[in-house]
Amino acid sequence: MTATTDAPLIGVVALQGGFAAHERMLRGLGARVREVRTPADLEGLEGLVWPGGESTTMTLAVEREGLAEPLRALVADGTPVFGTCAGMIMLDRAHLGLLDVLCRRNAFGRQLHSFEADLHVPGVTDGQEPIRAVFIRAPWVREAGPDVEVLAEVDGHPVAVRQGNLLAVSFHPELSDDVRLHRRFLELVLARRGDR
Amino acid sequence: MRDESTFRVKAGLAEMLKGGVIMDVVTPEQAKIAEEAGAAAVMALERVPADIRRDGGVARMSDPAMIKGIQEAVSIPVMAKARIGHFAEAQVLEALEVDFIDESEVLTPADEAHHIDKWAFKVPFVCGATNLGEALRRISEGAAMIRSKGEAGTGDIVEAVRHLRSIRGEIRRLGTLDEMELYGAAKELRAPIELVRFVAREGRLPVPLFCAGGIATPADASLVMQLGAEAVFVGSGIFKSEDPERRARAIVEATTHYQDPARVAKASEGLGAAMESLETRTLEESQLLAGRGW
Repeated sequence: MTATTDAPLIGVVALQGGFAAHERMLRGLGARVREVRTPADLEGLEGLVWPGGESTTMTLAVEREGLAEPLRALVADGTPVFGTCAGMIMLDRAHLGLLDVLCRRNAFGRQLHSFEADLHVPGVTDGQEPIRAVFIRAPWVREAGPDVEVLAEVDGHPVAVRQGNLLAVSFHPELSDDVRLHRRFLELVLARRGDR
Repeated sequence: MRDESTFRVKAGLAEMLKGGVIMDVVTPEQAKIAEEAGAAAVMALERVPADIRRDGGVARMSDPAMIKGIQEAVSIPVMAKARIGHFAEAQVLEALEVDFIDESEVLTPADEAHHIDKWAFKVPFVCGATNLGEALRRISEGAAMIRSKGEAGTGDIVEAVRHLRSIRGEIRRLGTLDEMELYGAAKELRAPIELVRFVAREGRLPVPLFCAGGIATPADASLVMQLGAEAVFVGSGIFKSEDPERRARAIVEATTHYQDPARVAKASEGLGAAMESLETRTLEESQLLAGRGW
């Protein structure tokens, strides 16, 4: 698909990490994409994707760029955000405090213990094949607030959550050919457009 | 069903290091400094390339105790180097659960004909390459990341530029060939036709392409990123400079903002002296590392 001027404008945080794969996937779904490195890049975004990478590196970069406050404003405004892996960690209580969860970093262990597994996500895979989820030095959610809906678990630990317009998963849908989670995220973006 | 260490999982970690800086460290203290400066990963080794060059002799895998100390000190991925073809060193590194193994020309090669069969391992491998054929041969052996070799320990960027331009240029050239010509290209490149077809079709390697060897300044990082590297390795460039902490932060910043000269300029201000450098052109053939690997 080619993006039209009416296509939703999605920011992809490009401080460090797996942003290129998210961009490919979003463009494939017809979205317009902008890489986000500074507060000015947030202007006019209708959705934001926070890719995986290293959360320590990203935390320093958020501080250096002064991105924390503008990001809080973006979320307070109801802009949908989709965090994957380190992107989920960045949204949690111990980091930007946007999503009411606390993550455990590298919860499954070092790279030797990284894995793929089949996962059903309600509202995304209903009556369909599961998602082949790629977990890389992945976190899990160890505490979740009352407004957080747990969408999927591995070994009894939440690995996909939603709180209003915030969607976060501890795996990497952008590394597969399965576009269903990104499509779901774009639905949130378009639904919000309809509400305004 | 759960599958560990699939190729997607291996190359996926490389994908997560993109846009970042991987720093050589020789102590847990240096690893902490690197992490706090924003490194996306560290390479644990006993001597940085500049010292290996100075000391001479056989350069081997590092002491496991030293690698463990670094693993305990930081939460970011820890990489370590094995000698080319030395699969037993690689087995040791896998037993230590390092996150990435670098089959590296910086160490003294252990096998003059064969690289490690990287498919036999669960931990991902990165290998150096000076041209596209070499990169594709390493990928066919199971490498999940390619880094251009450059000339490690010199602080001279010229070889990294040569290797990146060569790899990227040959990728572009493949895109202009028809199906019949691709067979000839595969023969010239001494690489499997399936990989050659992938590169011709997609215009990129099937795994991430990073840059190493000679990066000493923020502008060096920006240069190689603009030439198509997706992340950078900095070896001697940080901890052999006057103010490692500042330089590390500056190279991280320049790697993120590589397309913004004003930001690279700001990052480059007042960093003190860069590492003591060697002009590659003046080195003897026997002192060059990039020629190791086949």
